[in-house]
Amino acid sequence: MTFCRLAGLCCLTLLLTGCSGNWGWYVVDPTVPAGWNNLKFLLSGLYYTLLLSFTAIVISIVIGLAVALPALSANRALRRFNRVYVELVRAVPILVLILWVYYGLPQMTGLSITVFWAGVIALALSDSAFEAEIFRAGIQSIDKGQYEAAHSISLSYTDMMMYVILPQAVRRILPALGNQLVYMLKMSSLVSVIGMQELTRKANELVVVEYRPLEIYTVLVLEYLVLILIVSAGVRWLERKLQSDQRG
Amino acid sequence: MVKTSFCAMLNLSAKAMIKVENISKTFGDFHALKNVSLEVLTGEKVVVCGPSGSGKSTLIRCINGLERHDEGLIEVADNRLTHTSSSLRAVRSSVGMVFQQFNLFPHLTVKQNLTLGPVRTRKLSQPDADKLAMAYLERVRIPEQADKFPRQLSGGQQQRVAIARSLCMEPQIMLFDEPTSALDPEMINEVLDVMSELAGSGMTMICVTHEMGFAKRVADTMVFMDHGEIVEKAPPEQFFSNPGTERCRDFLSKILAH
Ligand SMILES: Nc1ncnc2c1ncn2[C@@H]1O[C@H](COP(=O)(O)OP(=O)(O)OP(=O)(O)O)[C@@H](O)[C@H]1O
Ligand SMILES: [Mg+2]
Repeated sequence: MTFCRLAGLCCLTLLLTGCSGNWGWYVVDPTVPAGWNNLKFLLSGLYYTLLLSFTAIVISIVIGLAVALPALSANRALRRFNRVYVELVRAVPILVLILWVYYGLPQMTGLSITVFWAGVIALALSDSAFEAEIFRAGIQSIDKGQYEAAHSISLSYTDMMMYVILPQAVRRILPALGNQLVYMLKMSSLVSVIGMQELTRKANELVVVEYRPLEIYTVLVLEYLVLILIVSAGVRWLERKLQSDQRG
Repeated sequence: MVKTSFCAMLNLSAKAMIKVENISKTFGDFHALKNVSLEVLTGEKVVVCGPSGSGKSTLIRCINGLERHDEGLIEVADNRLTHTSSSLRAVRSSVGMVFQQFNLFPHLTVKQNLTLGPVRTRKLSQPDADKLAMAYLERVRIPEQADKFPRQLSGGQQQRVAIARSLCMEPQIMLFDEPTSALDPEMINEVLDVMSELAGSGMTMICVTHEMGFAKRVADTMVFMDHGEIVEKAPPEQFFSNPGTERCRDFLSKILAH
């Protein structure tokens, strides 16, 4: 369904280009060797876009959860820590954070850092504040009776969270987590500014060589579009699967 | 089981299983419990009744530490309840609790609901826990529902699963907080039957319920609460035929009228 629409969109774009003389699709024409090589070059950025986004989302979920749990504590200092973290991290623009982690952090710590890990750290940190808010809302939406039942069979705090509360909370927040993943895929393009060889960087490099920004960036847009449609479909599939789990 | 009958033979059964001494509990400036004392002997069945808001739930929730009492002393199966995590674990491992709203885990099957506690807390192997779960499902008469999810069951069946889940922890004491109040009338008896059978097996029980037929059949002791106090405590024959206080008489006449 989505793919039919997508194919339609591509055809429409190509049709429009036929009408104006300004387009030069030869740069990415898979039927000629040079175009095919260019296309392969553009697509080769996919590896790092995916690796970067998925590594960052996993880390940001872990940090997010670790920051969300104190928010639910009876201890005021712990709740305060959560608020301060969320407010601070949320206030820093991602691009600024990327630059700061890549250029600033090595100076501060004396450790050198690769472009990849600078990107992962910046993306994960910046996203973790949002993950923390999502987890907090999800966990808070679970009925008090579930905690009491878990206590009554004397589960430890860790077991209660692992086997009772989080599985239910995650089912509820899955759509929101999916949104964050999509957001992460898009934000990973910003890591191109420090030289990460992902989709956007590849496109920029090709544009410099070929002077065909219109066609190359159109391909770039389509790359992100397809990627994100596939990821969204995956998230929806997971959602349906987990839901049917509960109803059998 | 063996232990209780052995104790009975030696006439040691008159030992207190639960000791509640002068406990108080406030929510803000509202006194939910005022200086309540109650002793429950091994194997004794206590039925607690009283008007809404009288503190019945608060009392039994204090006994397994779901609420934290402000003052007084609670001892359960020789463990003093102090709200350190080790004391809570010791007390809760000997106390099962059944809630008005069942509180089953909706994302787990019936069998998984039953085996979670035994596997995680009692460190049973999964096959052993499965066997245990099936034995208790037989006992509450729904072994055929083992692989369904809670929401696929009727209310009465869900409550029986909740009872079986508690029993899988092999507690010495069972607490029931209005276990049939959320049920359609035609399902009340299937739950009460299971509870009666449990009572017959020698379990120490405290039941908050307004099912007076059940209370007459099963209770050793009736407790009437009002305004956060135990107003009356008596064996059922005396409690129902000759209540000692005006408030209790009023309450009983209202509740037995329908
Ligand atoms: N968490 C709480 N916060 C504030 N007040 C509470 C809380 N829990 C109970 N109360 C109050 O304490 C009083 C006693 O409550 P409790 O639930 O023990 O009554 P109950 O006898 O079980 O009544 P019911 O028959 O309605 O279940 C009530 O007035 C209730 O409003
Ligand atoms: Mg109550």
